[in-house]
Amino acid sequence: MTGTPYTGADAVVDALRAQGVELIFGMVGGQIMPVYDALYRHRCFGHVLVGHEQGAAHMAEGYARATGKPGVVMTTSGPGATNLVTGLADAFMDSTPLVAITGQVGTSLLGNDAFQEADMRGITMPITKHNYQVQSADELPEVFAEAFYVALSGRPGPVLIDLPRDVAVSECERRQATPLPPTGYKPPFKGHPLQVERALQVIQKAKRPCILAGGGIIHASGHKHLLEFAELLNIPVTTTLMGLGAFPAGHRLDLGMPGMHGTGYANLSIYNSDVLIVTGCRLDDRVTGNVQRFAPSAKIVHIDIDASEMGKNMHCDVGVVGDAGQVLMQMLAGARQWEEKPDTAAWLKQIDGWKAKYPMVYPQSEGIIAPQWAIQETAKLLSSDDIVVTGVGQHQMMVAQYYPFTKPRTLISSGGLGTMGFGLPAAIGAQMGAQDKHVVCFDGDGSFLMNIQELATAVRYRVPLVAIVLNNAWLGMVAQWQRMFFDKRMSQSETAVPPYDKVAEAFGAMGRRVEKPSEFVPALEWALAAAKDNKLPVVLDVMIEREAEVLPMVPPGGANAEFIPCKSGECK
Amino acid sequence: MSEQYYPISVLVRNEPGVLARVAGLFARRGFNITSLAVGETEDPQVSRITVVVGGDHHTVDQAAKQLRRLVSVIKVRDQSQQPRVERGLALIKVKATPEQRTQILQLVDVFRANVDHVDNRCMIIEVAGNRNKVEAMIDNLKPYGIMEVARTGQIVLARDRSIKEGMEGAGSAYVPDPDEDPQGTYNLYQNN
Repeated sequence: MTGTPYTGADAVVDALRAQGVELIFGMVGGQIMPVYDALYRHRCFGHVLVGHEQGAAHMAEGYARATGKPGVVMTTSGPGATNLVTGLADAFMDSTPLVAITGQVGTSLLGNDAFQEADMRGITMPITKHNYQVQSADELPEVFAEAFYVALSGRPGPVLIDLPRDVAVSECERRQATPLPPTGYKPPFKGHPLQVERALQVIQKAKRPCILAGGGIIHASGHKHLLEFAELLNIPVTTTLMGLGAFPAGHRLDLGMPGMHGTGYANLSIYNSDVLIVTGCRLDDRVTGNVQRFAPSAKIVHIDIDASEMGKNMHCDVGVVGDAGQVLMQMLAGARQWEEKPDTAAWLKQIDGWKAKYPMVYPQSEGIIAPQWAIQETAKLLSSDDIVVTGVGQHQMMVAQYYPFTKPRTLISSGGLGTMGFGLPAAIGAQMGAQDKHVVCFDGDGSFLMNIQELATAVRYRVPLVAIVLNNAWLGMVAQWQRMFFDKRMSQSETAVPPYDKVAEAFGAMGRRVEKPSEFVPALEWALAAAKDNKLPVVLDVMIEREAEVLPMVPPGGANAEFIPCKSGECK
Repeated sequence: MSEQYYPISVLVRNEPGVLARVAGLFARRGFNITSLAVGETEDPQVSRITVVVGGDHHTVDQAAKQLRRLVSVIKVRDQSQQPRVERGLALIKVKATPEQRTQILQLVDVFRANVDHVDNRCMIIEVAGNRNKVEAMIDNLKPYGIMEVARTGQIVLARDRSIKEGMEGAGSAYVPDPDEDPQGTYNLYQNN
């Protein structure tokens, strides 16, 4: 490369290399071409060319969620950049570390409505943790160093760097980033000892304590501390959708997921608790239902790394701002000194009564695949380390209810934003980050269609994921609500999707249609083997019971303790 | 009656777009901005935004915490509990016939305001002070007929404490910040 001047584009590549980036998901285009040219010349890390920029963002999310490393996305200006918006919003809601680099028109054209100009800094301000528009190539090392630090530290989140073309092509000095400039950004880590002590005092007096653990435990790698804390004090644990895997399903203290589609016993345990320990969880409305009647008699101990979550959705009696894992470790140290621990035996017995009264069951019909059954059978074929990705809808809630997650980072799902179309690209990203594992993507027939173009990406890069489309030819969750709350007016909820096994084959992947329960397990065994053997994605188009419902369910606006329980027996 | 006004001082990095970040945050989270003032500080890298929020304790607590989440924000302090100096400026163009001038000049005198312009149909009066004083001046001039008013946002300095207290530890693991007590201002209010 002697003789070639060192430009902003080279500085971008060097900055990414300095951060240890191994893989970028992106799409080339006009204003980002100088950076792609630098990628070509340096050839220092992998790049995945996607079908659509939204796919790139979700892939980066899947990669980040599977590995804990920041996902990196690169697109051109204008439409390339605006196509990232859904993925950035999704990452923001689920606190996924992402760094997005978008091309931009030259600084002299900014604000002139130039070709493929979009104000990405303005557009993404509310959906990124922070964003930058680089004004000069000399700033690049610091901007990138700060961007990665911000994305990963504290409560993680997406960061966007908007890169005007003239910055990318202008010559600059090759150098390391200098230490970060003074800023008020100082993410907390340890909890304040006084608050930890106050929290422990409340917990020690508890008779009916309950832990509500969220995705923060997974970000903090605090699952071991959570298990130890729960076991030490015999406190039952319920995990939110984002927290599934943070506490082993099937454990004697496990209550499954709470909330709108949570287990009856999780919701009843929270409702009747006298101390609720909320950790790494933002008490989203899908978790709390009617806030006034969520844990009405409990003292709330709220542990979160984001101080703004204290009291945002609900009052809290003791707030501890800090990394969920660190705070649990501090609380463990305190609780181990106790001479007298809370006696929860009677409480656990009461919970066992609820478990017996409201078991997780579902109706089944002869010769028809119940989606819950397919999920349970899949779990039997996979190991506890394998990764399950979902789209959004009924299938997602059923996976959360019926798949026994026992390890962190084994469920990747769009929680906060509820992005249909998340599944397939996120599964691609997850598989690229965890090549030694099986990655299975459960999706609905509506959700799968939304980013189906990424099948081409999965084939091109030989990603051996298995997509299980639970196909009921409905936008199932919408249809369920229409049946329950809209007097069966099925407005625009029936799908007419193509045969996904054939679609898969046309894309160069493999596919199989599954109609009967007896075909499901053999088809899945074939799919898991064929995907690895041929290094190709496999799509199973699984025809399921059309009117299967996600139950239990708390009607919107209702109290969690007043849920509609599971049904069993024959399908109607 | 729970609706009150809370002045919040915010130190921010002096960089493009920072005002949009702060204003956008207030808009999308539904906080009600009563007044906003932005200016340079003794440090050219730092700007100071003073925002007066209307609402209750919970609103101002959330507003302060949400502001602290912004990476461009260096320091946030709810000044409502501090002994403080608070100033805003208003220019008031009031109808004034030559006969009415004396009366108005007496008001100007009482409020220690200034007259910046006089012609045969109106006067422009400049009044500086806290919110109550400026509003009182405007109320007193209303009977004469106010033609237009231009007001600045309020600016606030606490009398005894520097806003920079607690900033020494930026970047380190945990440093108690008197304005960012982990107990949260929220709990402080709850106990009262």
